[in-house]
Amino acid sequence: MAERIQDAIVFRDAAIRRGDRIIWQHGDFAIPAGSVTAIVGTNGTGKTTMMKAELGLLPLASGSVSVLGRPAGSANADIGYVPQSYTSDIDSNLTAEQSVLLGLTGTRFGIHPVTRAQRARARRAMAFVGIEDKAPYRLSELSGGLRQRVAIAQAIVSDPKLLMLDEPLANLDLASQRAVAHLLARLNRELGMTIQVVAHDLNMLLPILTGAVYLLDGHPHYADMRKVLDSDLLTHLYGTNVQVVTTPQGDMFVTPTPDEPDGQPLDMHTAAEVAELHHHAHTPVMHAHGGNDTNPRR
Amino acid sequence: MSHIDFSFDPNWLDTLSAPFMANAFLAGLCIAFAAGVMGYFTIARQSTFAAHALAHIGLPGATGAVLLGLPVSLGLGVFALGGALVIGALGKRVSEREIATGTVLAFATGLGLFFARLSSSASQQMQSILFGSILTITSAQIVGFAVFDVVLLAVLAVIYRPLLFSSLDEQVAQAKGVPIGWMNVAFMAIMAGVITIAVPAVGTLLIFALVITPAAAANILAASPLKAMVVAGLICLASIWGGLVLAAMFPAPPSFVIVTISTLFWAAAKAVESLRRR
Repeated sequence: MAERIQDAIVFRDAAIRRGDRIIWQHGDFAIPAGSVTAIVGTNGTGKTTMMKAELGLLPLASGSVSVLGRPAGSANADIGYVPQSYTSDIDSNLTAEQSVLLGLTGTRFGIHPVTRAQRARARRAMAFVGIEDKAPYRLSELSGGLRQRVAIAQAIVSDPKLLMLDEPLANLDLASQRAVAHLLARLNRELGMTIQVVAHDLNMLLPILTGAVYLLDGHPHYADMRKVLDSDLLTHLYGTNVQVVTTPQGDMFVTPTPDEPDGQPLDMHTAAEVAELHHHAHTPVMHAHGGNDTNPRR
Repeated sequence: MSHIDFSFDPNWLDTLSAPFMANAFLAGLCIAFAAGVMGYFTIARQSTFAAHALAHIGLPGATGAVLLGLPVSLGLGVFALGGALVIGALGKRVSEREIATGTVLAFATGLGLFFARLSSSASQQMQSILFGSILTITSAQIVGFAVFDVVLLAVLAVIYRPLLFSSLDEQVAQAKGVPIGWMNVAFMAIMAGVITIAVPAVGTLLIFALVITPAAAANILAASPLKAMVVAGLICLASIWGGLVLAAMFPAPPSFVIVTISTLFWAAAKAVESLRRR
């Protein structure tokens, strides 16, 4: 291992342009190593674009971004990446194990039979995300939540220092969302991975986040969670009424819908749920959610 | 002649031992290998429509070559390769490409017809280009097929894993450093080669059933890529060889029997799949 890098991602006066349009500019912040960060913002504010810039897949219009102490794109071997809609688009006949193995062998040209050591690493990654029993199943046979975990296993099989996930909770049911959030917490805590998540819904991730990059008015800002969780800011950010509710475990934010009857309890994490996320309990317990929509999506 | 005779030909073994039949069987072997391997990737990359279109893009090349007195395979290969490189360079964004590909496909087919009408010899060859003529494959063509198979094997040995990785997900592969643009171009170029050697067997119109259909059936029966390629190759081989034998026994065009057998394999695999799901 090289020397410990203080900041995993550093933006310096960065701007991104698509054609003539500036997506965002004046990106000037650093994300500490070992953090769990969300990139938040409404649709079209450039969340995915930011992640692609960090991967060196999109050039900056100006400024610079360095990742793991090197210019964007040159440290990608140490980055695990799970793109958006990875789970829904893939209708592959590959098995879960073959897919995870490609995370180790997929970039190698020439004839390289899979070694026993590589197979063992793939097994370990699958065991960590809890899908070792799904190894022989084809991706097309797995549910969205399980495919998402296969994708994460493929991303972590090469032991990356930084894990980037684009909307990892989208299109998942609540139980799967909770399982994925729990998994991210374990990756951060047990393996020391720096984790960055693009998300439009912070609720499920709140207990595990240490900070957030929020894209607001064409500028990205980084702040730790206490600063982000301000009702006025979030309301401005999402363009819809957002309330922050403080629980004994920390802040939760919620969006009441207009068609919610008065007196209905707000949809939020119970203390037990949050405790479970923090204490690494094994079987996630579903709690009864009201029919109200907590997605500040639009 | 209004009388159609579907009776069994008792001299079918004599027909099978004719030299042109030996060529047809060898050609079938070469084609089955290439189609089995590339059929898998074509499905994995969701490029089946592009593969189908390449055969049609090759059509004006084939009829144009006859017009100019050049070998059919040369014209077909050059046009298919040109089309492949253009499609490959445009990238793997399927949704955008379908309309463009379909438009070019239709235009190319029309152009093929135009070239064919310009000369009587091209007109005569039109049917064999559209529907194949496996019984007229020459020894020289078979040498060409074999060389192509060897090149295909060598190239795939080098790019197999990155090609598979980029077929699974281009964004992840790209982030990990796979040159996805080159993978796309390489895939399409190889596909043009497979089309060029498979068209003489069943023609541009029926090629889907020889390259894609066996791979689709194999995908149901085998999960690992290598196994699926082997199974696809075997189904392709069984279709071609079975087609040749049955076409010798009964008066039916080989292309028809080949495509029928391939389709039956696929239908059987689908039946197995639905039983398995129950």
